[in-house]
Amino acid sequence: MNAPPSPVETIKRESRYLRGTLAESLADPVTGAIADSDTQLIKFHGSYQQDDRDLREERRRQKLEPAYRFMIRTRLPGGVVTPAQWLKLDAIAATYANGTLRLTTRQAFQFHGVVKRDLRRTMQAINASLIDTVAACGDVNRNVMVAANPLESRVHARVYDWAARLSERLKPKMRAYYEIWLGEERVAGGEGAYEPVYGATYLPRKFKVAFAVPPVNDVDVLAHDLGFVAVVERGGLLGFDVTVGGGMGATHGDDATYPRLADVLGFVAPEQLLAVAEAVVATQRDFGDRSERRHARLKYTIAERGIGWFRREVERRLGFALLPARGFAFASQGDRFGWTEGEDGRWHLTLRIEAGRVADRDGRALLTGLREIARVHEGDFRLTPNQNLIVAGVAAARREAIDALVARHGLDLFRRAAPLRLNALACVALPTCALAMAEAERYLPDLLAKTEALLAAHGLEDAPISLRVSGCPNGCSRPYLAEIALVGKAPGRYNLMLGADARGQRLNQLHRENVDEAAILAELDALFSRYAAEREDGEGFGDFLLRAGVVAPRRRVTTPTEIAT
Amino acid sequence: MPALPASSVASVPLPEDRSAEIVRLLDGLDAPALWWFSGYAAALASHAAAGTRLPAPAAAREAAPLERLTIVYGSQTGNARRLAEKLARDAEHAGLAVRLLRADAYPQRELAAERLLYVVISTQGDGDPPDDARGLVDFIAGRRAPRLAELKYAVLGLGDSSYPQFCAIGRRLDARLAELGATRLFAAGEADLDVDTVAVPWLERALGAAREALKSTAPRATVTPLRPHAATAEWSRERPYAAELLTNQRITARDGTRDVRHLELSLDGSGLLYEPGDALGVWPTNPPALVEAVLQALRLDGEAPVALAGETRPLRAWLGEKRELTRLSRPFVAAHAAQARDARLNRLLAPDRAGELAALLDTHQLIDLLRAFPADWDGDELVAALRPLTPRLYSIASSRRVVGDEVHLAVANVEYEAFGSLHQGAASAYLAARAEGAQVPVFVEPNERFRLPKDGLRDVVMIGPGTGVAPFRAFVQERSAAGARGRNWLFFGNPHFDRDFLYQAEWQAALKSGALHRLDLAFSRDQAEKLYVQQRLREHGRALYDWLENGAHVYVCGDAKRMARDVHAALVDVVAAHGGRGREQAEEYVNALQQQGRYARDVY
Repeated sequence: MNAPPSPVETIKRESRYLRGTLAESLADPVTGAIADSDTQLIKFHGSYQQDDRDLREERRRQKLEPAYRFMIRTRLPGGVVTPAQWLKLDAIAATYANGTLRLTTRQAFQFHGVVKRDLRRTMQAINASLIDTVAACGDVNRNVMVAANPLESRVHARVYDWAARLSERLKPKMRAYYEIWLGEERVAGGEGAYEPVYGATYLPRKFKVAFAVPPVNDVDVLAHDLGFVAVVERGGLLGFDVTVGGGMGATHGDDATYPRLADVLGFVAPEQLLAVAEAVVATQRDFGDRSERRHARLKYTIAERGIGWFRREVERRLGFALLPARGFAFASQGDRFGWTEGEDGRWHLTLRIEAGRVADRDGRALLTGLREIARVHEGDFRLTPNQNLIVAGVAAARREAIDALVARHGLDLFRRAAPLRLNALACVALPTCALAMAEAERYLPDLLAKTEALLAAHGLEDAPISLRVSGCPNGCSRPYLAEIALVGKAPGRYNLMLGADARGQRLNQLHRENVDEAAILAELDALFSRYAAEREDGEGFGDFLLRAGVVAPRRRVTTPTEIAT
Repeated sequence: MPALPASSVASVPLPEDRSAEIVRLLDGLDAPALWWFSGYAAALASHAAAGTRLPAPAAAREAAPLERLTIVYGSQTGNARRLAEKLARDAEHAGLAVRLLRADAYPQRELAAERLLYVVISTQGDGDPPDDARGLVDFIAGRRAPRLAELKYAVLGLGDSSYPQFCAIGRRLDARLAELGATRLFAAGEADLDVDTVAVPWLERALGAAREALKSTAPRATVTPLRPHAATAEWSRERPYAAELLTNQRITARDGTRDVRHLELSLDGSGLLYEPGDALGVWPTNPPALVEAVLQALRLDGEAPVALAGETRPLRAWLGEKRELTRLSRPFVAAHAAQARDARLNRLLAPDRAGELAALLDTHQLIDLLRAFPADWDGDELVAALRPLTPRLYSIASSRRVVGDEVHLAVANVEYEAFGSLHQGAASAYLAARAEGAQVPVFVEPNERFRLPKDGLRDVVMIGPGTGVAPFRAFVQERSAAGARGRNWLFFGNPHFDRDFLYQAEWQAALKSGALHRLDLAFSRDQAEKLYVQQRLREHGRALYDWLENGAHVYVCGDAKRMARDVHAALVDVVAAHGGRGREQAEEYVNALQQQGRYARDVY
């Protein structure tokens, strides 16, 4: 356990609270990149240095450096923005980024393709929309997710409120962000007092929090380091069952890394929530593995030390014992599309945005359409955990106007698409993501069309099967919780994962390793055939695969039964 | 060779007793030993000639490549690097001379002299090299890879056996090195995800083999290669050398409107020599489509033989290879005006219309004139009236110290639409269209007025926007290879940082290695207001003036029409502003620089 700290730990420690040499890097005109060490630090500021990988080899031959671009991600608890903010983000995408907005699986916006010399102006414009990017990436608490289910609006409002407070509490206090991007004066001294929660080296690795409201598990709460499952009685929020130690990321070929579902820690009343979250974060800060980044998430700390130890450690820090969890069960993990009426009589329209990409392309003017809607909309927008968008809080009388704009701009995919297409997720992957090993977002339309054709051949068009594609094993699209997942290994090659439960409570399993599209489709064709013939009434595809013995029962499943023990 | 014939020994300037001794010494040695001896002796001779002390054997041993193990790694995730580092450490502990290099830091030209080489390299995805090794893998796989008859090597490949192309790069390198004549010390290792299972035994074996190979080496002096120069043919403008085009690489990004080519030509065996600052003359052939367009416009038969000054060739060949088609001259316009009996054209030739004629000459090519003012020409008259084709000169972008028998150019491919058709520059279109492996007629055009300072301690300031940067690539290469300790400051500009930052990656590497000390950039179209190098000169006027006062040499290369003039004005401004001089004195100061040979221009 005494392995030396990873190089990133050294960079963090020497960064003077995330300043590093970012200012000097931005001023260097010879390169569109920033210094290597700054590429680690800028994540904490909400940005990744990337390059257009389609061009990388070509530019090397041209004796040009890679086409460096920056991705910028917002911090946006629960994914809620006003129409005015939407319009500003839309303008930023057109002015500084690649003319698209990307809605992420963590309910944030991503801008892609910002060049270094525009980076500061872009950050300033985002902040001028009263949205920031602090801790959208990096070894800190990331964007806090909140169930987007708008049905129970009173509970949702209270849960959202707690999520926003938690987001603020766990937000790094660094001054560096304001100095570097917003030109605020450097305050002399006092750096030591900056990070009461994190300390000077922050966390060993990223940290993810989500709030779920059963029976919908749209946030995939068990895939997070820390989860809060709302306990609702007679329409009131009683508190939360707390889950810890979930996470998606893994590394190909490294058995010491794996996706993991969270354990249940106990029950907390709302007013205890912030203290419990801080105690969980502090425990991971002090015990997480800082030598091997692949092995640094909370899930490994808990898997190796045990949930009993972890609970005792958290309770020791809290000074009180946690109550037993109340128990929960989920029925689904997808979004509910179309119009729904909230308790308050306002209406919410959930739109399908394929792969979360808001763009004007392929004959659909999604970017223009949402800009038009933002100009007339009086409620707000909510990004869902599944890359979709809710036009929320619409008065009944205004529905027609919204519907007309939706139809005119091709935003009505939700009315036409079958369940497979409505629920599919894909991460960004190539050409911008440095981690991608295979296509994801760009491949999704093609894959969906081919899979839909297979389903149709077996009369399964309406089967609500979840399909997720990820360009690498790190899992931004939460692939290990899909009934069918493709996890990238190399261009055109994927691991085919099967058999999750479509409720976010059972992971899928590796079915075929490193196979190409033909092999994937042949495999699915055969399984769809069996599913069509042998499924029981209402039985999901993943459940069928388990019952049929195509996938083996998993060792660990986080279920309500387990919670009782 | 049993022994030197006595007659041969007698003809060399040696005391008799020593001759006999040498014969005795050399008796029975095999060819490699004899070659080595000849190099040893040559090295002694060159030291003696230079009046320096003879090299001590120990020092000589250190410099000899055979005494050293080179470990090169290509690594994506760090495994190959880790293993290579371990091997290097172990070799060092074992007392072996070893150098460890990442593949992209490996000086490719040293491969030919390498004697013991270990490569540790991973394979990515479906058979790709790691990013840091692409260049070296390309080089070794390519046609310019040297023969490696003296190299001993071994390869450790890393990969993931779930991919079809498992360890493909390691395998390919292993096979290619053997193909190049190198001796494989032992079979290539192929490590799977459980890297150490294969790697650890491989490393042990590699260490043992290195000990063996380096132990058996006899002490050596620095060996001077005795490869005789090919008979130095008298290549010239009139008798150009057919140089093989080795590389024809666009170096502007695909979304750029400009097409600038980096060209590498082989002078191997030609005996052609050049110095940084010299130009390479290129004899182009006119674009075939242009030749056809001219024939068509004049309704002439390209096959018709045309005789002129005792030479007979088809008209098409005259136009393609011997006559100027892309530059218009006044005499031809006059001849054409007479032929066309066109009043408008005739009036343009009047003395008071010189400006209009100049504009016409500037904007029109022959084909435009033929189309705008139709006239009848017969082939013989046309060939006689057109100017002979002239070679184009390009500032050389390389130093022989770095590129050996090659010469590099940076050429903007001139292509634009005018008067409804595509217009091209004769030589740039010709060069851009040549495939690698094609032959290009070239000669060296010395430029004694554009020379680096003899004194390596002098600073140099290089101002070269656009392809004007070409000679400065040669300068920086030269100064770095020669160990010149003066500072190098480059000003470069072009429209876009992203698209046409010529040789960006090389300048970045030069800054990092210390070969380039300052680089100031002006990308004119990256912001609202246009920005050029002369503004940068003014912005850094204080420092620039200090450099000048410190004896720096200033070089300007590129566009003569505007850039050179504006840069000159900026230099005068800088001297005036920071030297506390009036305009006239500042001009005198700059003129004096010119007279002292400290301000040289290569503008066109």
